[in-house]
Amino acid sequence: MSWLTPLEAEALGLSLKVAVASVVGSLPFGLAAAWLLARRNFPGKALVDGVIHLPLVVPPVVVGYLLLVALGRRGPVGGWLYDSFGITIAFTWKGAAVAAAVMAFPLMVRAMRLSLEAVDRRLEAAARTLGAGRARVFMTITLPLMAPGVLAGTILAFARALGEFGATITFVSNIPGETRTLPIALYTLTQTPEGEAAAARLALISVGLALAAIVASEWIARRMARRLEGGT
Amino acid sequence: MIEVDVRRRLGDFALQAAFNSPPGGITALFGRSGAGKTALVNLLAGLDRPDEGRIAVDDAVLFDSEAGIDLAPEMRRLGYVFQEGRLFPHMSVRRNLAYGMKGKDGAANFDRIVELLDIGALLDRTPHALSGGEKQRVAIGRALLASPRLLLMDEPLASLDMGRKAEILPFIERLRDELAIPIVYVTHAMEEIVRLADMLVIMSDGKVAAVGPVEDLMSRLDLRPLTGRYEAGAVLTVTVDGHDARRAVTRLAFDGMTLLVPYFDIPVGEELRIRIRARDVSLALTAPTDISILNIFPGRVVEISDRKDGQMDVIVDVGARIWARVTRLAMDRLALQPGSEVHALVKAVAIDRQSLGRRTGSNFRGDKGIP
Repeated sequence: MSWLTPLEAEALGLSLKVAVASVVGSLPFGLAAAWLLARRNFPGKALVDGVIHLPLVVPPVVVGYLLLVALGRRGPVGGWLYDSFGITIAFTWKGAAVAAAVMAFPLMVRAMRLSLEAVDRRLEAAARTLGAGRARVFMTITLPLMAPGVLAGTILAFARALGEFGATITFVSNIPGETRTLPIALYTLTQTPEGEAAAARLALISVGLALAAIVASEWIARRMARRLEGGT
Repeated sequence: MIEVDVRRRLGDFALQAAFNSPPGGITALFGRSGAGKTALVNLLAGLDRPDEGRIAVDDAVLFDSEAGIDLAPEMRRLGYVFQEGRLFPHMSVRRNLAYGMKGKDGAANFDRIVELLDIGALLDRTPHALSGGEKQRVAIGRALLASPRLLLMDEPLASLDMGRKAEILPFIERLRDELAIPIVYVTHAMEEIVRLADMLVIMSDGKVAAVGPVEDLMSRLDLRPLTGRYEAGAVLTVTVDGHDARRAVTRLAFDGMTLLVPYFDIPVGEELRIRIRARDVSLALTAPTDISILNIFPGRVVEISDRKDGQMDVIVDVGARIWARVTRLAMDRLALQPGSEVHALVKAVAIDRQSLGRRTGSNFRGDKGIP
């Protein structure tokens, strides 16, 4: 990585770490939420749906503020985490991952829910008559058939996490090496005299990263679609 | 042994079905679309739950609302062959077949079932690359390899054209004869019932209208409105008695009588089910001589039904019951009425290959003889 400055390498590495952690950590919750919304009817479903989608419409700063209130060391959840396990979320890279995960969650759930709704439930019924219990049906039939949607949701969430700024800077601030991700580093440079050239380089890196993610997801999606349609 | 007694409300539709079916053989569920056949099969399979009732197969109680028993579909061990096949699109044929297999027994069965259904060449293909008939054969194999105690088949031929149907029918006969697995076979095609089924359950508007052996129900005039789409005729179970290959006839024995039909390459002793269409049977008051018709059976008119189109269906008891279709003019000329002594005349060549179905318990190979 000799063509990156140490500062750039640090920001890039941190961004990737935060984005991967946020996506991996929210994947099971995203699947569960998608399943709940696509397959279940329960009182208050509309409310749950609304809360999940809230980060799409609320200013990111508000989300960051709410996270700080809840997960800060004196917050109800953050305090409990610190007292019980000694885990600190606020002002660490873990907090950045949480902020990114919350902001990207609606995009992830949306894509997964759509693909789950498109799964032919008659195939699941057929699997049950062949002796497969619910868990096996989900793992062997439902999940593979909704895989393109899971992938799309994951890539969307990953890209959104890479770009997350407002909630992150509010919740975990701008700490070099800990929470200064690509967008925050870029923002810092724009606030620094003589920082334009370095800012431009970071912008290029961001664009390149996003492009790579999109191309990779397209390629995987096409392979999956071919496999599902039973081509060679 | 299948015992069914269930009730289920689905919106405006009320399903109420009760019947018992003896062990073995094929029980056909017959009725028009909307009669509740598929709804009933889904209740059997556990894909839908009856409001109340009882379902038992052999000694296993699958559902009993009073005893609080409701086995999950995966615990019922009923193979289900769906109308649309429902193969898993993301798996090869081999993986589809293996999906329901359990343990060593399944692996041992695999080669046998693959050979029985002649799908060995398809194993590495994906469902997408199969024809309709091939898909259904794979679907049948997949259901069988889950070692079911009963096979449910929901109009497995309905989505296939005539040629494909003829391709699949012998395989279903082989299941019945070689694997001896009991089958509940849903259809609205009387041809398939005459060819395959032993027991017939006729459904109409969510209710069971009649239950009994195929031969008995097919000769009941009161069921004609329900079975009517199929051309009327008598269904008889016969035994191959002998051949006269030189003169191109085969002798079939039934109820102490002999029916001559065009020569068929079927072993002597084989049981067959044949259908004699009502329009192929003529009636005469005295036994005619100097006539080309080979089959002349003396009998007595049992029942006459006015078809309201000027033609009459006359049921003649000649030992078995044979149907004859005549015009009102012909009936008046012969002064036919219940009790009249008549002779039923059946042209040998009227019994064609389509009128024949192989019966259970033989080792006759369907793919060599009757299409």
